[in-house]
Amino acid sequence: MSTTEPAVELHGITKRFPGVVANHDIDIEVAAGTVHAIVGENGAGKSTLMKILYGMQRPDEGTIKVAGVEVALHSPSDAIARGIGMVHQHFMLADNLSVLENVVLGAEKLHGIGGRARRRIREISDQYGLGVEPDRLVEQLGVGARQRVEILKVLYRGAKILILDEPTAVLVPQEVEELFGNLRELKREGLTVIFISHKLDEVLSVADTITVIRRGTTVDTVRPGDVTARQLAELMVGSELPVPELRESTVTDVPVLTMDGVTVRDATGRAVVDDVSLTIHEGEILGIAGVEGNGQAELVEAIMGMLPLDAGVIRLGDTELTGMATRRRREAGIGFIPEDRHRHGLLLESPLWENRILGHQTRPPNVKRGRRGGATGGKAGVLIDRQGFRSDTERIVRDYDVRTPNIDVTAASLSGGNQQKLIVGREMSNDPKLLIAAHPTRGVDVGAQSAIWDHLRHARAEGLAVLLISADLDELIGMSDTLRVILRGRLVGEADPATITPDQLGSLMTGAGEGSAA
Amino acid sequence: MIEQEIRTPAPDTGDRERRRTRVLVVGGGIFVALILLRLITGESDITSSGTMGATLALAVPIGMAALGGMWSERSGVINIGLEGMMTFGTWGAAFASYFSGNPWLGLLGGIVAGAVGGLLHAVATVTFGVDHIVSGVAINILAPGVTRYLSDLLFTDEKGGGATQSPPLPSFPTWSVPGVGKPLGSLEKHHWILVSDLAGLVRGVLTDLSPITLLGILLVPVSYYLLWRTAFGLRLRSCGENPVAAESLGVKVYRMKYSAVVISGALAGIGGVFLAMVASSNYQEGQVNGRGYIGLAAMIFGNWRPGMVAGGAGLFGYTDALQLRGGAGAVHAMLLLIGIGLLALAVWRGYRRRVLAAVISTVVAVGVLVWFFLTDALPREIVTYSPHITTLLVLAFAAQRLRMPAADGMRYRRGGGH
Amino acid sequence: MIYRLFARSWTRTLVAAFVALVFSIALTSIVLSISGFNPPSTFQAMFEFGKEPDSIVNTLNKASSYYLSALAVAVGFRMNLFNIGVDGQYRLAAMLAAAAGGAWNLPVVLHQIVIVAVAVLVGGLWAAVPALLKVTRGVSEVISTIMLNFIATGIIAYLLNPGRLAVQLGPNNIGTKTISHSGRVPGTPFPGTDLKLYSLLVLAILAGIGFWFMINRTRFGFDLRATGLSQSAAVASGVDARRMVVMAMVISGAIAGLIGMPQLLGESYTYSLNFPTGIGLTGIGIALLGRNGPVGIAFASLLWAFLDVSSQILDFNDIPKEIVAITQAAVLLSVVVVYEVVNRVGQRIDQRHVAAQLGEVAA
Repeated sequence: MSTTEPAVELHGITKRFPGVVANHDIDIEVAAGTVHAIVGENGAGKSTLMKILYGMQRPDEGTIKVAGVEVALHSPSDAIARGIGMVHQHFMLADNLSVLENVVLGAEKLHGIGGRARRRIREISDQYGLGVEPDRLVEQLGVGARQRVEILKVLYRGAKILILDEPTAVLVPQEVEELFGNLRELKREGLTVIFISHKLDEVLSVADTITVIRRGTTVDTVRPGDVTARQLAELMVGSELPVPELRESTVTDVPVLTMDGVTVRDATGRAVVDDVSLTIHEGEILGIAGVEGNGQAELVEAIMGMLPLDAGVIRLGDTELTGMATRRRREAGIGFIPEDRHRHGLLLESPLWENRILGHQTRPPNVKRGRRGGATGGKAGVLIDRQGFRSDTERIVRDYDVRTPNIDVTAASLSGGNQQKLIVGREMSNDPKLLIAAHPTRGVDVGAQSAIWDHLRHARAEGLAVLLISADLDELIGMSDTLRVILRGRLVGEADPATITPDQLGSLMTGAGEGSAA
Repeated sequence: MIEQEIRTPAPDTGDRERRRTRVLVVGGGIFVALILLRLITGESDITSSGTMGATLALAVPIGMAALGGMWSERSGVINIGLEGMMTFGTWGAAFASYFSGNPWLGLLGGIVAGAVGGLLHAVATVTFGVDHIVSGVAINILAPGVTRYLSDLLFTDEKGGGATQSPPLPSFPTWSVPGVGKPLGSLEKHHWILVSDLAGLVRGVLTDLSPITLLGILLVPVSYYLLWRTAFGLRLRSCGENPVAAESLGVKVYRMKYSAVVISGALAGIGGVFLAMVASSNYQEGQVNGRGYIGLAAMIFGNWRPGMVAGGAGLFGYTDALQLRGGAGAVHAMLLLIGIGLLALAVWRGYRRRVLAAVISTVVAVGVLVWFFLTDALPREIVTYSPHITTLLVLAFAAQRLRMPAADGMRYRRGGGH
Repeated sequence: MIYRLFARSWTRTLVAAFVALVFSIALTSIVLSISGFNPPSTFQAMFEFGKEPDSIVNTLNKASSYYLSALAVAVGFRMNLFNIGVDGQYRLAAMLAAAAGGAWNLPVVLHQIVIVAVAVLVGGLWAAVPALLKVTRGVSEVISTIMLNFIATGIIAYLLNPGRLAVQLGPNNIGTKTISHSGRVPGTPFPGTDLKLYSLLVLAILAGIGFWFMINRTRFGFDLRATGLSQSAAVASGVDARRMVVMAMVISGAIAGLIGMPQLLGESYTYSLNFPTGIGLTGIGIALLGRNGPVGIAFASLLWAFLDVSSQILDFNDIPKEIVAITQAAVLLSVVVVYEVVNRVGQRIDQRHVAAQLGEVAA
């Protein structure tokens, strides 16, 4: 492809938020008809940059040119009008509306909202091989299909420049290949793709050009043929990326968590967790691999007692958990790093020390002992111990390197990585026997990521049993002693993390190699 | 292509067809049950044209509130303030019609007053992100104060007016479908099974109609058309389902929510107009009497869809009509129906092996039946509140498989998506 | 410095309340001017009348009921549970407590305790109905409590009949049998007036202290606040949401049961047709104005009661005293808006402060 003008040019883009500079002096030129990757670690400022390019935020300084013309983008509508479309990391779809309604929303003027629009959607779907059915409800679609709806949404509006924000985060390797096939198709049709990622292998395989962002600014632009993944990592974080790996095995034969024939049904009676049996031993990290939405969340909630069991038994050591309230389970020694820390892990508007109490309301140092209680045992009192948990919060902040001026600031004012470190520190308190870690390093910077992995390794050596759920296959393979695969609520396979590759794991996750051990 | 279909695909072709059939079956079933009840108990008011006419009339204000609630909540804004907006509507209708002498200007006045209440709610919830229920409650506290002050200021010096009521207002003309009233009326007097009941139903619905009633009925399909068949409606509903997604596609979320809540207030205002000018001949303080809230219940009962919402309004209108017209006897007869209905529910639940629910239903059912057989009439003081009791019962016993808009009641800030 | 001050939530509350008050006075003035009255002289008349000893006693007496009502509402609001049914709860509780107190003759102290206990019990039980409907059938407590207010009115009308729980008190009034002296709580004299302060004002103060302690110092209070701030996080932390709904609702109803007590035992001794109604709805406004905190509510109920009492003078000046309803509603609506704005600004300052302290560049 040889076009004279670059499709997009960004010069000197700077964006400040209260107290922080998210972007400064960003310079990027994206040639038309290419796949241009923008890489950087979590928190480097990629998303802010893309929001600026899509008109969702306005830069404080700098210029944007589209096809050689300087533009001011005040809203997504402006961006759409200039032929820029965006596929968001978190899908922007309304579950209760049909695919058709989701696609035509905001672009009703193009082909109406009825038959003409339906025909046009089928046309585009066929042209790019997207396989999208206009009359399905979005809530009935899987992750991959939703992403294709998102891409179709953008194409429907006649976009010439597509921004894809971390599109592979929720996909298995096979789906990633599929997506890359779609992207190459788009490129052949003359479209420009801006691809944001922090996964270096993927970037090297699909991009024509790679721009690296670090701490809010562009540090280099390279061609994939000229660099290795390792060099790219150095550019991205200034050092090597932390590697998820376990050293010698610490697995014992003392079972900590035993699940036997556990089944959970949703309101419609469908089994979302279907006859799951597994055992986690002291010193063992058991990883659950699976495409998101295959019952991982429900499995976790069943163990935590947030969902009732339809059948089966769950035991912690010798204690039967079935029917026990969530609080009693936590008291029995379960720590919980939830998947969505904002919804399930923190009181965002409360100070850090109040967040220390959360999930540990009945245990020292948060409550004063009841009169009958001794120094360690006994029933918890009804009063909270402000001094106790304040000083313990100080301990967590110190030991887990939570970067904060003091413990009186609200949880919302910390960065994602520091929030997550606070949660990890809290959940490791009171000596848990079992830790449920759902996506423990999602959306955190590499520093926090490597720290969290260190804590997991350390706790495992001390005999902690860990249930690890992650969409990051490298993390899953590197950090697990045992791997199980979940598909449609069933455990369909077991894999040896020492030998399996992400590709193989991916086919297990999609059911291609159902039942067989890799 | 890798298909990751993790959810059982629910076929949605024929879904609407089935829904329509179900509505017809349920409606017909209820009507037959009412006829039987009339035969058993001899309370002719259960299906009389008077009751049916009153049902329609009383369903209008509740239905307007319910439609208003639906508009607002479809855009994601919970509207507890409907009660207050209806109050504004009653006063606005009185003010405009009395001082102009024209009932149609009264309609306009009520709509505007209700819409102003809606606007206030929109400013608080959409622009300032105040909790929707807090803002709604505040409006419900505001409305009686404002109307009392204004009445004191404007109505006390008028003949027949005062701080708590307006002077008599001009009335709307009423329309009847010609050639229906007389023959059906005589048919009805015979108390023949089914024939007389149907005559009562038809006569009640087709005679002495006020234009506001017609307007109210018309607004049901109009709401459906606007919300489900136009681009505007799609945009509005998308704000109630996923406002962040809507914004990312260039939908002006604030503008949509403002429109929805103002329309919601205007609809509640029409309900107020009806109360002040059709159901009664002047504005009176406390006239709304909880109908805004009952409307919300009708909306929930109707699963946020216009047809079902209208059905819910009809149900509550019927109980209201029955207590007004049939009084203690007819409502007492209803106990039999409720008792038998609950027993049937208990059997169904037992069949589905939901033991606890079945036991509770049985106990309540037996209690109601015992009450029916041991008494001849219900206390007048309690009967007055039968619409409210019905609301509670319906919400407690109706199926809870409801689908409210996904982002209903959530605070949304422009650019809030990450 | 400004950060430090603004970090405290009570400063934010204070700022919000002040702004809202100024706004409301301005709005009221505008309404008065448009209606052809002179705002400064109106306010002055109200103030002059309000500081008479008689008015002060009336204000304090009214405020005691308002305070209890707002506390009852606040217990629910703290966990985003909307008990709009305080009104029905307190009326039903006061009526049945009055009937019990009139029917049974008990020794002093025991008599009062029994009356108050009946009220607390009735309030709690009546509030348990919507709580159970919510946790078992998913019925929104907003609608069910409102319906129960109406139903309570019906039940009271039914029971308050001669031959049931009522006796004829006068030509145009019926009420429960008057509570004998052993069940009454004598008022406290106040200098400059013959009117007496309700001694059960103490009840309100004690309830306020208890409320503060429960919210800030007990595990239950933490669970309550956590549920209000983020239900999902609270549930994940082990809070049993259903149990919390039932507990909070019953506590709210029990406090609601106290609302009528100062009046019943201190002045009227019977639940008659004249017994004050609507205090439960007023309480919602006061709780919102006082930001659901025990101290804020105290100031809010005093302000509300002051406006109610001092407005009595306006009728003498031919100004509709309902102007006060407008002031109250304006305070209420503006305070919720202003607090939202203040809170946002506060959070932004917070984040900026943290970032500045750490000197970090982050997205």
